Amino acid sequence: MTVLVDADTRVVVQGITGHQGTVHTRQMKLFGSNVVAGTTPGKGGSTVEGVPVFDSVEEAVDRTSANASCIFVPAPYARDAFIEAVDAGIRLAVIVTEHIPFHDMLSMYHYGRERGARIIGPNCPGIAAPGKSKVGIIPNVVFRPGRVGVVSRSGTLTYEIVSGLKEHGLGQSTCLGLGGDPVVGTSFVDALPLFEADPETDIVVLVGEIGGTAEEDAAEEIRRNFTKPVVAYVAGRSAPPGKRMGHAGAIIARGRGTAESKLSALKGAGAEIARFPYEIPDMVATRLARLGRR
Amino acid sequence: MVKLAEWRGKEIFQKYGIPTPNGRVVRSAPEAGALLRNGGVPLPCVIKAQVLAGGRGKGGAVRFASAPEEAEAAASAILGLEFQGEKVRELLIEPKLALAKELYLSITLDRSRRLPVLIASSQGGVEIEAVAESALVRLPLHPFVGLVGYEKRKVVRALGLSGGPAKALDGLVDRLWAAFESEDAELVEINPLAVVGDGLVALDAKVIIEDDATFRHPQYAEIRDDRTPLEEIAREKGIAFVQLDGNIGVIANGAGLTMATLDVLAEFGGRPGIFLDLGGTDDPAKVTEAFLLMAKARPSAVFLNIFGGVTRCDTVAKGLVEAMKQVPPSERFPLVARIRGNNEAEGTAILREAGIPSVPDLKESVQAAVRAADGAAPGGGRP
Repeated sequence: MTVLVDADTRVVVQGITGHQGTVHTRQMKLFGSNVVAGTTPGKGGSTVEGVPVFDSVEEAVDRTSANASCIFVPAPYARDAFIEAVDAGIRLAVIVTEHIPFHDMLSMYHYGRERGARIIGPNCPGIAAPGKSKVGIIPNVVFRPGRVGVVSRSGTLTYEIVSGLKEHGLGQSTCLGLGGDPVVGTSFVDALPLFEADPETDIVVLVGEIGGTAEEDAAEEIRRNFTKPVVAYVAGRSAPPGKRMGHAGAIIARGRGTAESKLSALKGAGAEIARFPYEIPDMVATRLARLGRR
Repeated sequence: MVKLAEWRGKEIFQKYGIPTPNGRVVRSAPEAGALLRNGGVPLPCVIKAQVLAGGRGKGGAVRFASAPEEAEAAASAILGLEFQGEKVRELLIEPKLALAKELYLSITLDRSRRLPVLIASSQGGVEIEAVAESALVRLPLHPFVGLVGYEKRKVVRALGLSGGPAKALDGLVDRLWAAFESEDAELVEINPLAVVGDGLVALDAKVIIEDDATFRHPQYAEIRDDRTPLEEIAREKGIAFVQLDGNIGVIANGAGLTMATLDVLAEFGGRPGIFLDLGGTDDPAKVTEAFLLMAKARPSAVFLNIFGGVTRCDTVAKGLVEAMKQVPPSERFPLVARIRGNNEAEGTAILREAGIPSVPDLKESVQAAVRAADGAAPGGGRP
């Protein structure tokens, strides 16, 4: 078992005929994912990268038994796309699309929740379980199979950190890129229990950033319920207050969500704090050695 | 984030039927005098600077007047004042109302709960951050439901209202909710909400519209908030660009990696001044534009830190080499590059051919950038 995806994951790519949809369908297949279908309204009957394209998710699920969706549909239509997927029976959707209004995300999140459907994202790298399956856009080159879980709010910083782990011979069980938007479908608090329950994960690297209170909430979850070691890094200690650094989420407001408050909460919960990304591999290796896993 | 000036916020309130004072916007002292002499706004009046920064009251940018001459003098004193670098260019002139009580009311997003939250307090007219948690009511609102009766009664009790104002509040919170939802707002805030006679009036308006929703509201896309001119150009080109007071330009892709890069730079004594987040792109022309924009900000040195995913290393390298050809000699800067990830070998080769080394180790590349900036002639800062 891994976190959320495994060899039984059957992916439908919504928006497969767009540029990103096509590029990443190919990359997912190269990773070893079982991409069974794509959808684009009006393009049913064609194929992309050898994957059959359908007009609707309902049809795709009927014909291919797809059980997870990867959404590349442009922001104005992303809400519709997700609801279509849920109504077709999909219970895991990775939403790669960026710039989805948070008002749309609010209704998507609550609609999905009422029907037992989980969202990863939006504006996120997605999920990768090396050697098993990838749903999303994390570059294939950074991975190797192993026992380190990675959960992150960042995109490229996640790739940087996973790549660093790989260079030090530390493989990953599952890497989960949650996205940094103000409203995300799955937060650290939601993700941590999945890693806790995963027998293939020995240790978790948690990558946060300033803004919001997701890291503070994560610290509380770690303190109460998480038994595995955690190495945490929070980006943005030196970022200027009040200025937005690209992500809608990465803004300091009202004195909350600062790097200091996040780091002290995580430290208080027993997480080891890496001050820089390049400190993470050694800290992970040391903890694993102490666990007798290396 | 489109922060709206008070008068724009009040226009939105009016559109949704939330009462505001009947005010007018002027841009010069004589215009203020003429407005009051013609009875455009009744006296006595209040003259308020239209800036997005806080602290207007303490900074002398909210004044009262009971005659046109007095108003003209106040207007001329306020116009041109500066708040956190933002010059006062517009004034809102409104009739001064006799208020019995000042309250606080807002709706914003609670990220942890993924729910909108209504915040109310009987202590209005002061900064809400200064109000004790015990004096606040926070009501999470379900997006499919909005406010229901018992919640409104809770707000009425918390605000200590009865009679006419209590009745007015009932409709007002629905209208505020409608504005929050329909305008795709991040924040709708009334502080103070004043009890005036038998009703309620929004004496101030703070409305922030979400950037990502401007496809539904093209009118907000045109409104400039607190960006510098170069930040504005970057925005038009879809590049995240932030200017501050350091001298090292940082170009990275992705917010997290950009911030991590700043952290490492700061550790080694670098003073990051301009941050440019390329985001995800596979267009070398966009990379070239980003570099030309960076050159305009006159950094002492530039550190490029790219981890290729959607954005491939060779794309960045091609764009960068093209930009270095186009940057005029007077705007040249030392450059330290680090490109990793997708198509790293191809990108590194393109850079090497153009005489730009790529330093793969993050710590070493940052140290090189700090040395380059220290060695360069003092340029930097804002143009």
